[in-house]
Amino acid sequence: MIIDILYLVAAVCFIFALRGLSSPKSAFYGNCCGIAGIVLACIATYISLDISNIVLTLVAVAIGAGIGTYIAGNVSMTALPQLVAGFHSLVGLAAVLVAFAAYFAPGSFHLNEIYGICKSSLIEMGLGAAIGAVTFSGAMVAFFKLEGLYKGTLIPAYVNALLLSLLMCVLTYFVTTNSSTAFVVLAIFSFLFGITLIAPIGGADMPVIVSMLNSYSGWAATGIGFTLHSDLLIITGAIVGTSGAILSYIMCKSMNRSLLNVILANGQYGIAAESTDALAKSKSYKNGSAEDIAFLIKNAESVIIVPGYGMATSQAQHALKEMGDVLKKEGRKVRYAIHPVAGRMPGHMNVLLAEANVPYEDVFELDEINRDFASCDVAYVIGANDVTNPAAKYDSSSSIYGMQILEVEKAKTVVFLKRSMGAGYAGVDNELFYAPNTMMLLGDAKKTTEEVIKALQNI
Amino acid sequence: MSCCFCSLLDELNNFVLCFHAMTSCVNEDGGTSIHGMTVFILACFVGYYVVWKVTPALHAPLMSVTNAISSVIIVGAILATSQNTSDFSRVCGFIAILLASVNIFGGFIVTHRMLDMFRKNR
Repeated sequence: MIIDILYLVAAVCFIFALRGLSSPKSAFYGNCCGIAGIVLACIATYISLDISNIVLTLVAVAIGAGIGTYIAGNVSMTALPQLVAGFHSLVGLAAVLVAFAAYFAPGSFHLNEIYGICKSSLIEMGLGAAIGAVTFSGAMVAFFKLEGLYKGTLIPAYVNALLLSLLMCVLTYFVTTNSSTAFVVLAIFSFLFGITLIAPIGGADMPVIVSMLNSYSGWAATGIGFTLHSDLLIITGAIVGTSGAILSYIMCKSMNRSLLNVILANGQYGIAAESTDALAKSKSYKNGSAEDIAFLIKNAESVIIVPGYGMATSQAQHALKEMGDVLKKEGRKVRYAIHPVAGRMPGHMNVLLAEANVPYEDVFELDEINRDFASCDVAYVIGANDVTNPAAKYDSSSSIYGMQILEVEKAKTVVFLKRSMGAGYAGVDNELFYAPNTMMLLGDAKKTTEEVIKALQNI
Repeated sequence: MSCCFCSLLDELNNFVLCFHAMTSCVNEDGGTSIHGMTVFILACFVGYYVVWKVTPALHAPLMSVTNAISSVIIVGAILATSQNTSDFSRVCGFIAILLASVNIFGGFIVTHRMLDMFRKNR
């Protein structure tokens, strides 16, 4: 009885943990609620146990705690997407292991042993293990991609379809025959499917993939919850699963694509990115110097800064904040515009700007700020490309057609800070680079921004 | 209007009957499946309404905190490790506890670090 109440309280704590995230102020208490929830759940589990192996479990917790604390304490905010992907894979693997443990020792989970494990439990166990395995291998591939260690491979869609139908067959076989070999084969096929599912997906679609894997890790927990008849696991898994699903929906919607389209995209994205490079070189563009741009923004009434993944890779957020401060001192209006899919995970840019102490009130979402571009003097685009490409509005042949964009072309002058004249991840050339009111500043975004600051102070 | 309402009730009634028929076969073994399904679907709705309330600026902390709480499968791992019937299960459980606790500690700490940044900028 007391154990069930503790589990219930833990579930409510988890709901509060997410509810708290509706504002930065309450988010902090929300996180504390989440911690309280996990602690309560563990206490309840320990109460329900015999004393036999508690030391062993505590040793495992201690080792895990040490590793987790070390990783989370030392990771840089730029590497956040990799970290989150890595953590997703751990949840997936843990789910597979628990499913295996439950299958080979059903007694400890009070699963019916007299006639063998009952069919519905087998279905739940199989699904839990399969989703867990897909999460594990998929998130590992995503991790290597985000870390830049693996570029991606083209895998035709029929391979995935084939693997998925094979998976279904093995699952059915496993449920009907209760064969342990089938269970192992199921897990192996799921691992493979996870790899082939994520491997072809390109860099620009990474925010969708990271949130999709977030969702999967939740469903895996739900599967285990059904197996163990634990309401707490079911509730938590369902909440996490819907959370990831909503995030993927938001990401897909702001790219005007369906989830299926992202998965079947076959990596034309990313892999094709380099090819338009040569084409871009033949057109002429206005190359500005740091001094030109400093002069321009110093005389502007209002400046809107548009950060993208390039800001993250060059760690330019601190320099950017410094530039903003210099301009504010001069009485200029400085705001930041963030596209939902900027960066490699949802909310990536917001965290980096917060790290650099950019005030929360200065940062705006796409819908809040898009109409203000028309009245602003300079749009300062730093390391973003596809999210500003006007081709998305009218060129139906373009691969980014229909995507919501930040309408920087409406600003009086657009400044692009870019590493080179190459196309973005979508592999589409941006006509804005060659527009008469555009100025390009090529090079590492952090270095060029620092040069602009220096020039600002010298004027 | 009232007719429309009646037909809606009829529909609902049919649905409940169908549902009942379906569940009674599931109930033959275990009996908890439909209970679990009820909890699952209601929790999905809770998740849906709670997550839409999250501000887009905090989507990154949302991901890391959901990551941390989904490691509540540590509960299953602890159960697996603490019994004496199968060594294989105990090894699985041990590794699972280790992985889940990496995730719990890592997830909450990284969320805390992020939220701290947002908090001091307000």
